Amino acid sequence: MFWNTKIECMPSEELRSLQYRELKSLVNNLYSFNKFYHDRMKAENVHPDDIACLADISKLPFMYKQDLRDNYPTNMFTASNSEVVRYHVSSGTTGKPTLVGYTRNDLGYWTEALARSLTSVGIGSDDTMQVSYGYGLFTGGLGLHYGAEKVGATVLPAGTGSTERQIELIKDLGVTAIACTPSYLVHIGDVAKKMGIDIRRDTKLRKAVLGAEPWSDNMRKHIEETMGVRAYDIYGTSEMAGPMFTECEERNGIHMAGDIVYCEIIDPDSGEVLEEGQKGELVVTMLKKEAMPMIRYRIKDITSIDNEECPCGRTSPRISRISGRSDDMLIIRGINVFPSQIEYTLLRIPQLAGHYMIIVTREGALDRMVIQVEIKEEAFSDKIEDMNKLRAYVEAELKKYLNIAAEVELKAPGELPRFESKAKRVIDKRVF
Amino acid sequence: MTDGSIITQLSIFVNNEPGRLAYIASVLKECDINMHAFNLAESADFGILRAIVDDPEGAYEKLKAKGVIVRKTDVICVSIEDTPGALFKAADAFGKAGINIEYGYAYSGRKESVFYMRVNDPVKAVQVLEDSGIRLVTSGEV
Repeated sequence: MFWNTKIECMPSEELRSLQYRELKSLVNNLYSFNKFYHDRMKAENVHPDDIACLADISKLPFMYKQDLRDNYPTNMFTASNSEVVRYHVSSGTTGKPTLVGYTRNDLGYWTEALARSLTSVGIGSDDTMQVSYGYGLFTGGLGLHYGAEKVGATVLPAGTGSTERQIELIKDLGVTAIACTPSYLVHIGDVAKKMGIDIRRDTKLRKAVLGAEPWSDNMRKHIEETMGVRAYDIYGTSEMAGPMFTECEERNGIHMAGDIVYCEIIDPDSGEVLEEGQKGELVVTMLKKEAMPMIRYRIKDITSIDNEECPCGRTSPRISRISGRSDDMLIIRGINVFPSQIEYTLLRIPQLAGHYMIIVTREGALDRMVIQVEIKEEAFSDKIEDMNKLRAYVEAELKKYLNIAAEVELKAPGELPRFESKAKRVIDKRVF
Repeated sequence: MTDGSIITQLSIFVNNEPGRLAYIASVLKECDINMHAFNLAESADFGILRAIVDDPEGAYEKLKAKGVIVRKTDVICVSIEDTPGALFKAADAFGKAGINIEYGYAYSGRKESVFYMRVNDPVKAVQVLEDSGIRLVTSGEV
């Protein structure tokens, strides 16, 4: 089943020529109307005329998350306030968040991408889809919501939390499909079992679109064997729009719709474009975005690309399962966390000495983050109550800036490891 | 005025990991610090060892030199007679005088059972106890 057969099955040659035309007009536009990108092209001595074929994209300068931060909130926008119809906000690498904006067309393409993706995994108007991603500033909830509505599914906007209630709704409403993080689905399975509900026998849940955190084929196998739910990987970041692209029924890579995004794989150190099939850092150029163009944006996810036509009939390039990051970003319960954000938050607290360790584990299906901090000598009190207050304060500050619960452990000065060269402050014990 | 009625307690930060208390105890031994009374308050991630020692000033300097996180705290100490209601007398006097006991620990001293207390206003607490006729144990006696 296809949502947009013409585009999804467009012969590769035609698709590449379409991509070239889109790229050319995008670069012309940005060079003429976007000060940020104009200056960057000037600095790299690139002119729109230098783009004479699709491969010439490699002449264009990269964009980084730091650019979004430096231009916070809207200096990079290429649409006026009257054209922008929505914002989403995600965590930045330090204090300031990352803001993304959408025009009506941007929302349209995001929804279109999801409509194609959901159709490709067989979700349609006969389905009832529970969206158990966070609604609100995070892109997951609203993104999947509009995508599922677009294909005519009955949408249950469950959001996150209240797991027992969610399971009751799955059962009572005959929910057939769910979108959430893979670890949350495993958690749902565990809680259902405790409630005496067998997802396979007692519910109609058969399909899951899972993403926003790394997972593996082992986890897929576990979900399918224990719950009888067929699981599909979904990919996307807020800089692209949000979660956008999924695997098809073949499940051999995520279809990155070629009319919407142009993907490259680069060597993260040299920045050189790698050959098809080689593993490297994913770089995306969003071909349709209006409010906030992304040209050669370095997402920092590690994957490889496959341009072969898929047995499903789609011609869009596919990326393999994300195998890691080329930076130190952590994904905790589906939320992106940069150690630099944690550091930024801790350094603002005068009672702390600046040394810290981040320990991530998985208990059951859920991630647990413990942050060990050294207190300054003068912050030490003989009263447990004072110390507990300090700990609670640090936890509240982290919650405020990271939007995620972390447990804090107070340590005496000098207790945590010191690093002579590159600090290794993160211990991630999770197995995906 | 307080004539030794206010006693210096050492409060020591102890990370809650196996062997940490043993390490602190070994430092105390190395520094030849004798404890008359101690109490351990713990939280999930750390503990606070509160100790009444000989020569708290000297012990404080020795521990600091060893890199131990230590703090001096004023506490007071009352003798608890071996009769019902002994603790009540002191607590009642504090209650009436608006003094708050932040924590306390009882210890079987050389001659008698004693109760060490950290209060919000030690000077006033000493006055209240003296006025109520409750015997204070002074630093010379511990």
